[in-house]
Amino acid sequence: MANARISRTRLAFVHVALIVYTIIALFPVVLTIMNSFKTRNDIFRSPLTPPLPSTFSLTGYYTVLGQGDFFGYFQNSLIVTVASIFCVLLFGAMAAFALSEYRFRGNLLMGLYLALGIMIPIRLGTIGILQEMVALHLVNTLVSLVLVYTAQGLPLAVFILSEFMRTVSDDLKSAGRIDGLSEYAIFFRLVLPLVRPAMATVAVFTMIPIWNDLWFPLILAPGEKTKTVTLGAQTFIGQFVTDWNAVLSALSLAIFPVLVLYVLFSRQLIRGITAGAVK
Amino acid sequence: MGNLQLKSIRKAYGTHEVLKGIDLDVKDGEFVIFVGPSGCGKSTLLRTIAGLEDITSGAVVIDGQDVSVTPPAKRGIAMVFQSYALYPHLTVRDNMGLGLKQAGNPKSLIDERVKVASGLLSLDPYLERRPAELSGGQRQRVAIGRAIVREPKLFLFDEPLSNLDAALRVQTRLEIAALHRRLKATMIYVTHDQVEAMTLADKIVVLNAGQIEQVGSPMELYNKPANLFVAGFIGSPQMNLIDADRLGLSGAKTIGIRPEHVGLSRTEGEWRGVITHVEHLGADTIVYLDTEKAGFITVRLFGEHDFKPDEAVFATPDHGREHRFSSDGKALSVTP
Repeated sequence: MANARISRTRLAFVHVALIVYTIIALFPVVLTIMNSFKTRNDIFRSPLTPPLPSTFSLTGYYTVLGQGDFFGYFQNSLIVTVASIFCVLLFGAMAAFALSEYRFRGNLLMGLYLALGIMIPIRLGTIGILQEMVALHLVNTLVSLVLVYTAQGLPLAVFILSEFMRTVSDDLKSAGRIDGLSEYAIFFRLVLPLVRPAMATVAVFTMIPIWNDLWFPLILAPGEKTKTVTLGAQTFIGQFVTDWNAVLSALSLAIFPVLVLYVLFSRQLIRGITAGAVK
Repeated sequence: MGNLQLKSIRKAYGTHEVLKGIDLDVKDGEFVIFVGPSGCGKSTLLRTIAGLEDITSGAVVIDGQDVSVTPPAKRGIAMVFQSYALYPHLTVRDNMGLGLKQAGNPKSLIDERVKVASGLLSLDPYLERRPAELSGGQRQRVAIGRAIVREPKLFLFDEPLSNLDAALRVQTRLEIAALHRRLKATMIYVTHDQVEAMTLADKIVVLNAGQIEQVGSPMELYNKPANLFVAGFIGSPQMNLIDADRLGLSGAKTIGIRPEHVGLSRTEGEWRGVITHVEHLGADTIVYLDTEKAGFITVRLFGEHDFKPDEAVFATPDHGREHRFSSDGKALSVTP
């Protein structure tokens, strides 16, 4: 295809780079899913071949669904992830609105303070957090995880959302005030719908580390009732001297919910509804 | 009813004073326009009337009631913004009705008022559309409709035509003028475009650096500018301001003469000069020339003239139409 702006060779380079990146990114995922459908021997003998009729096996899935409470783990992961995203988006957006909309003393300082968490990993405070959770009797509850993940996700959320909220037209908010909308109505009904793409971005960035996290579930909620999927998958490593079929099947299953959530949010990522609001 | 008094309004951000004591009286049914260069505080003043900005000191009085600390929705005002500021997720009908709905009015009343406003602005075919599906001119009409529906005591317009293209601007300007005649409502309008100000206003308020320079009807400002700032700001092209010493005149520091009050001749006149540039506009010809006595001046001739750059000509001011200003920039009475 002829193109006026980009030469064919450059276009080819761009595509090669993207294809290489895609292969690298997808390789472990494909490998995991492929091998989860193979017999144990075949996983070791030829890990790179796709499952053939002779090597096809669902043993892993039988083990995963039979042993342990895997649906329970799924449920835990989903509850923790969804609740955390909800809290991060709600409180993050509220803080961002206040920072971008209202003039008050220490506004800039507060913004910097809230963004500090982007640079300092929350895991540094693990011992403190554990002591606190013990004192609050929250160990082995999903609440403890939601609290920690909310704290972990807020800095980035506040940072991204406050930048976006600055771009929402002042006139629109003024019009709302003249029409008698409360500050809450302005926030929920005028501003939030306009920053939906940014909210989706934040949701995706928040969701993935939470879903994949092993650290905090292991420390704060390792009990059978509160195990998350990633932690549940680990049990196959210890319990059955590494049942690779089960581990790979568990991981393959764990990919899907997060994929669904991602697809849901990414549609929002692309769709902007600001068009027509101003000019 | 809708009269407005501003009593020594001051507004400061920290130590930076944006409004330095504004006093103004607006009578019921008046069309008042705030003009001034950008940054003069005219939009801030409008926003303090609306209640979108708190005032540092002074009082805003609408219909005899001090509303200085009343929230915007309870002041009985409606505002039209430069960027239209329509709610993107609502239809035209809901955009117009939202204010009334928030105030708890019955649906029948809202429907009634929306119907009247949309008829007035010929928006009937678009009532179920969203703002994104409308053109710029239609959006601004919806924004005006949203203001009409509230039946406010005061209409506030914040540069409503600036986002429209030239043809639409003229058309919408006429619509606003017609609207004012029909509704007989009090309107306050902010613009930096003096043509809008001259054509629409009953009363123009010229603002500069947070202070009122002059208040008056368009022709008062044109014929009797109170000071150098107003003289330079009202009228296009700008008034020629000439140092009185150069002309050998005493009793004034600066002499002002409007470009349309200077005659041009090839053969004789008071100020000899050379044409530097000519603009042919059809209805007018604007000639820029460098004179020996008065320096650079602009002359506006009516109709078409075939003056060319580098031509030597004579300019003669229309005596009796000069404006005299003292050294502090204030206008002196016309007779010397």
